[in-house]
Amino acid sequence: MRKKEDPAYIVESKDLSKKYNNIQVVDKLNLSIEAGCFCGILGPNGAGKTTTLRMLIGHCPVDAGSLMVLGNLMPEKASQVRELVGVVPQIDNLDADFTVRENMVVYGRYFGIQSNLLKERIEELLEFSALSDKADSKITELSGGMRRRLSLARALINKPKLLILDEPTTGLDPQARQAIWQKLRALKKQGVTLILTTHYMEEAERLCDRVLVMDKGQIMADAAPKIMIKEHIEPHVLEVHAASSILIEKLKSNLSLARYEKSGDVYFFYGDSFGDALSILDHEGFDDYLYRPSNLEDVFIKLTGRDLRE
Amino acid sequence: MNNFNKFLIRSVAVWSRNARVWSKLAGPSLLGNFGEPLLYLLVLGYGLGQFVGQIEGVSYMVFLASGVVCTSAVNAASFEGMYSAYTRMEVQQTWIGMLSTPIHVSEVVFGEILWGATKSMISVSAILLVTAILGLIGSWKAIIVLPIAFIIGLCFASLALLVTSKARSYDYFLYYSTLFITPMVLLSGVFFPIESLPNIVQWVSKSLPLYHAISLVRPLVIGYEMTNILFHLSVLSMFGLIAGNLATRRIKKRLIL
Repeated sequence: MRKKEDPAYIVESKDLSKKYNNIQVVDKLNLSIEAGCFCGILGPNGAGKTTTLRMLIGHCPVDAGSLMVLGNLMPEKASQVRELVGVVPQIDNLDADFTVRENMVVYGRYFGIQSNLLKERIEELLEFSALSDKADSKITELSGGMRRRLSLARALINKPKLLILDEPTTGLDPQARQAIWQKLRALKKQGVTLILTTHYMEEAERLCDRVLVMDKGQIMADAAPKIMIKEHIEPHVLEVHAASSILIEKLKSNLSLARYEKSGDVYFFYGDSFGDALSILDHEGFDDYLYRPSNLEDVFIKLTGRDLRE
Repeated sequence: MNNFNKFLIRSVAVWSRNARVWSKLAGPSLLGNFGEPLLYLLVLGYGLGQFVGQIEGVSYMVFLASGVVCTSAVNAASFEGMYSAYTRMEVQQTWIGMLSTPIHVSEVVFGEILWGATKSMISVSAILLVTAILGLIGSWKAIIVLPIAFIIGLCFASLALLVTSKARSYDYFLYYSTLFITPMVLLSGVFFPIESLPNIVQWVSKSLPLYHAISLVRPLVIGYEMTNILFHLSVLSMFGLIAGNLATRRIKKRLIL
């Protein structure tokens, strides 16, 4: 038998399933996340990302299948698991009645952290999240980025082995987002296992060493971002905006383009090398196009479709 | 550490979060808690007292004092268990934050019940102090009203949380206030002895917890001998225990879904 303190996988699920009103939100999920991994979960709205995260901390009963987190069976051992997990929720639930430091104190008490140790950790974490100057500010005086950093600092109060972040940078400006990224990378270096959901593909591409694309409660792809791009899609993309149908026909007949898709008045051509296609565009004097290496967003769209999800 | 100790420590952590918020806004909160009951006591006690004369061998204001003490305990815990708890559950998502730590739903709910009871005790102590200054208290034993106020608070905070567990908006609480709390206050002997009511109505009021609260508090305030102490206490406890357990179960269903 494995030792409890040292499970091979931080998260291990077998056929994990959850239904709401007859809709299969999580559908026979088989997932193993190794220690020290920075794992990103991508998926359109309603793909089951948040439900999966909620199951990890026992905020959602398991309908079928099994789930182990840090070697503990969920949701039976939810409380023990949460002793070792940090959670940054999608919607801030900081206490508006308290200052930054008080938020940390009150949260630390929920873990039963003894007050000397708690004081020490709070100073450390305020330093880490660049909030030392704001320690006595009210939450209402903080910017969106500061609030997110406080949510992160608060989630670290129990020195978690696993940090769960539900869309941690949604709605932040680029500077604030990069500040959060830096902190997350630092945590990864310290050996924390991280699981985050995001709608920002470049966020997942830059941060994560493993990406899961989820849709309809299932995992559509699971690999390192670079490998995923290589395996699922042609290396280059040519986006042609609002071109005449004659020009598009010319491009379509070009053999270097493996396939194309149309979205509104934009054509997306995928392929290896676009030398011929580019010279056609050049020849026609058409310059409203973008030629670029393919990225995670292209994979995402290929796997989950272009339809709006609302 | 055994499970019961853990349960208590975590519930107290929830309690102390609320106490900390309260300590920041204590002024207006206290005024709200005892300002209104005190007005009732003084105005009705003085005005009606002139017509009523004596009830059960004491002046009307003395009679009314114990009723007002109980009503304020009921109102303080009910408000906390409904409006404030709903705000923490739905609007501020405070509970979900707590549930991201080792804290269980049962500990959140029990912490909230403890806090509601504390609020009852706080407002009752303020009212008791003023009534003592006004010379309306017949015996030093009235100090025992404080722990009883806490028990009344436990009972009504539990009932209020049970209502909150089903609430979809603040408006929902009007049903409970209007259809339960207000008739109960009018029929439980706050303003007049229930013996003046028809038998069947008396029977109804004896089946509600406030009557038993008043039966415990009134002798203490006036200075009479207490009777059936255990019976009255156990009625309050039963209401509290059942409501508290149901509330926990339903809030769990609501949050962990």
